[in-house]
Amino acid sequence: MRLLNRLLNFATRRRTDDRLREEIDSHLALQTEENLRVGMPPAEARRQARLKFGGPAAVRDAWQDERSLPYLEGFLLDVRYALRVLRKSPAFSLVALVTLMLGIGANVVVFGVLNAVLLKPLGVSDPASLYQLRHKQWTTGRLLTTSYPAFEDYQRRNTAFTALIGVYGYSAGRLRWRDGLLAVRGDDVTTNYFDVLGVEPALGRFFHDSDERSAPYLVLSDSLWRKAFHADPTVVGTKVEFDKRPYTVIGVAPASFHGAERFVWPDFWLPMSPTPSRSVIDVTVLGRLKPGVTPEWATDNLNAISAQLAKEYPETDDGQPLRLVHPGLLGDEGDVIRGFLYSVTLLALLVLAAACANLATLFAARTADRSRELALRIALGSSRGRLARQLLTEAILVSLLGGAAGLVAAHLIVAALNRSAAFRGALTVTVDSRVYLAGLVLTLASALLFGLAPAWQAGPKPKPRVRRFALRDILLGVQIAICTLLVTGSLVAVRGMVSALHVPLGFQPQGAMLANVDLSESSAKPAAILAAMRGLPGVTTAGTINRTPFTGGLHGVPVFRPGTTEFKLQNSVLAPYVFSTSPGYLDAAGTRLLAGRDISEHDTAATPHIAVVNQAFARRMWPGMPPIGQRFLLISTLTEVVGIAEDGKYHDLQESPQPAAYIPVSQSDSNSTVFVVRSRRTASEMAATLRQALGSLAPNAPISVKDWSDDVASQLFPARAATVALGAMGLLAAMLSVTGIFGMAAYTVSRRKKELGIRVALGARKTQVMTAAVGRPIVLLGVGSLLGLFSGVFASRLLNQIVYQANPRDPVVVGGAVLTMALLGVAASAIPAVRALAVDPSRLMRED
Amino acid sequence: MLMLVSQMTVPQGTLALMVLKTLDVLGPQHGYGIARRIEQISGDLLSVNQGTLYPVLLRLEQEGAVASDWGPSENNRRARFYRLTRTGHKLLATETHDWEQTAAIIARFFHVKAEDLA
Repeated sequence: MRLLNRLLNFATRRRTDDRLREEIDSHLALQTEENLRVGMPPAEARRQARLKFGGPAAVRDAWQDERSLPYLEGFLLDVRYALRVLRKSPAFSLVALVTLMLGIGANVVVFGVLNAVLLKPLGVSDPASLYQLRHKQWTTGRLLTTSYPAFEDYQRRNTAFTALIGVYGYSAGRLRWRDGLLAVRGDDVTTNYFDVLGVEPALGRFFHDSDERSAPYLVLSDSLWRKAFHADPTVVGTKVEFDKRPYTVIGVAPASFHGAERFVWPDFWLPMSPTPSRSVIDVTVLGRLKPGVTPEWATDNLNAISAQLAKEYPETDDGQPLRLVHPGLLGDEGDVIRGFLYSVTLLALLVLAAACANLATLFAARTADRSRELALRIALGSSRGRLARQLLTEAILVSLLGGAAGLVAAHLIVAALNRSAAFRGALTVTVDSRVYLAGLVLTLASALLFGLAPAWQAGPKPKPRVRRFALRDILLGVQIAICTLLVTGSLVAVRGMVSALHVPLGFQPQGAMLANVDLSESSAKPAAILAAMRGLPGVTTAGTINRTPFTGGLHGVPVFRPGTTEFKLQNSVLAPYVFSTSPGYLDAAGTRLLAGRDISEHDTAATPHIAVVNQAFARRMWPGMPPIGQRFLLISTLTEVVGIAEDGKYHDLQESPQPAAYIPVSQSDSNSTVFVVRSRRTASEMAATLRQALGSLAPNAPISVKDWSDDVASQLFPARAATVALGAMGLLAAMLSVTGIFGMAAYTVSRRKKELGIRVALGARKTQVMTAAVGRPIVLLGVGSLLGLFSGVFASRLLNQIVYQANPRDPVVVGGAVLTMALLGVAASAIPAVRALAVDPSRLMRED
Repeated sequence: MLMLVSQMTVPQGTLALMVLKTLDVLGPQHGYGIARRIEQISGDLLSVNQGTLYPVLLRLEQEGAVASDWGPSENNRRARFYRLTRTGHKLLATETHDWEQTAAIIARFFHVKAEDLA
């Protein structure tokens, strides 16, 4: 009732002051009459009546507060006043807005990515109980876990999981529908896949355990359905051809479901046709833990089974211990990705903290400038609390505006990210309610951070005046320390990027093109095409390989010493990557042949089996012996080493030197072929020429041609992302420190103009004036930078999460950071210093 | 001046109770009348700016404890008269009860002696 009245009064803002005024008048009149009656002179009677009544203004205020909603009213007043103040100093407002926009925008983008990668659950039911089985050691980085028979054994024997799912994530082939032919890749999965993950189809149905194993059913992903089937709702029941075998489309997955990996989105799912051999390890195993079972207990359970299997099948099962990870982040890459994202988030928060320190300095300086206005308001009866509220309102208003601008900027950046090659089809960052909430929290938190400093200055109790600029000095120092840390971080990242770019790959992607031709339905022979390619204008060399490095799904093939009869994994010496290549591949790829000879035309199926091996292979197989002429058993075939090639990277950039062997395609049963063509012409010219040539050589065969450099670039994505992220933060931090130092120096100069003028008039030398004007910011810069450098050294673990082998103690980095900060300091204090030197005492004296 | 030292300020809410009681005893009154009466009863021990009464009156009115209307004063001036409503009577009763109870408890504490507790 009372609140309703108040709300009503507030809303209508009825000016019923009249009633109070009339009441006061009548009250005073009555009192005056009374006073007259006791014999006071009329003037005294009126005066006494007023004194007894008290200040009518105060009464009116209290009355008004009682009538309406005083806080809301005061708040609106504050907001209106704050807007007016901000409009009055547009430069200040703009600087504050832009600073906040950058700080909050950067955080929202980083949080958006963090949200998309880590926080948003996979599109499956109860993701918390879903685990992926991983080997403890030698398959680090490889996703495959077990052979299919072993998978079945685990499924039957374990007591920890409600169900296990088998996935083979490297299924790829051509999908033919009507006249269209499309290269697709997806997952072969066990029939319980969708039921265990708890996903419902968007269209049609999924396959279930009750369905026949390896039934020719195909489930489309939402994106494939849209891309290849034009979102045709009648697609269910359609016959398609995949890998030249007939399949029936039985359903379409919901748009939110992309399998159990966040970065690899399958185009389709089909029931797995199990490989019966125990020696073919091609199943990735996921499992749903029974309620109440701990992951530790489940791991023990699995390892017991693993040990049993090793006993039962000593030839194939090696009893590798297993462990459980949450699926989604490429198995073990999860730790790296998590570390990276959390560290970047931390750095982004540091940027925001620096921005807040910057703004706090600005606001505090402005409050000091407005001290005359504030004093006037206090003299007019405003309480200090009220003033503090006013200043805080200004801060919140600025931060809300800045936060809104930051969100808009973040939206644009996120949209650009989603369009970028690295994210497309692999990750979509959405700005959802959680991101908005984070943005709002950050905005308000920063408002409090930088708004409290001036509000505290104006606050209720008069402060013991320690030193006038103490707070501002500390803020600037903190800001510079943070900025130095971030600049150090960016430099470390750039160094990391440079070294990543210079990691020897073992081949030269620059100037080489890759042509993928599906010859399975064509009569053309690879050798003939290769010969024709070598004849193309501009082509220097060409060769073929079954699979280029960094294309995923690579796994080691066990090799044995000659004379081995039992081909068990334990007896193998090495498990090198084996590539089937044509003569001339090494030359075309730019891989150096260090000794011996390359594969030649004379190596055929009829001649003895030979191989070119890399240094790592030779070193580990025959340490200290000349490798050429040595023999080894590769899948029970005696093979002689004829050449040594340089080491390289095959699966990923981070791997330690791995053994590899190149065998002639004529002596292998490999049927996939990638042409590697090196030329002197530009990539686009060459791509067109190759397409044209291949089109006539192998008509109707699906062709894809790409620049090898582009292909490799995706491998550098983490290093590049780190560099961009840290570079952006470093740049933001640098901008903030420039504005911070500039603001401080400029403020000092403008405040002390008169004093400087007097000093000049009294004969101060230029250096003395300079010291007075910009000495303090420079000292702060030095102290802050030192602190930042030290914290950089201590934060090397943090940086290590982001940059491979980060070393903030690297002299180049330290020197670079010092130089950067010094340049920033000079740049930022130059203008105020010049202004200080230009002080004209005679003119200053005449001013006020 | 000596008076000032022994004058006490009005605790929160007490003024409202005094207003209610005054209206209860004297019937409808204007603001000045209520102020005078409170002064008289408290025997000048209480220093209160008479103006502070009006926000209290407004609050009581918004709570529905009093109602007000314009009317002629004793010497035919226009003044706003306040009277207790039914809610006001109830409020006064509970408040009085609460006060007496509090006062009684406090009084007991004041009169207690060391030997009483032994």
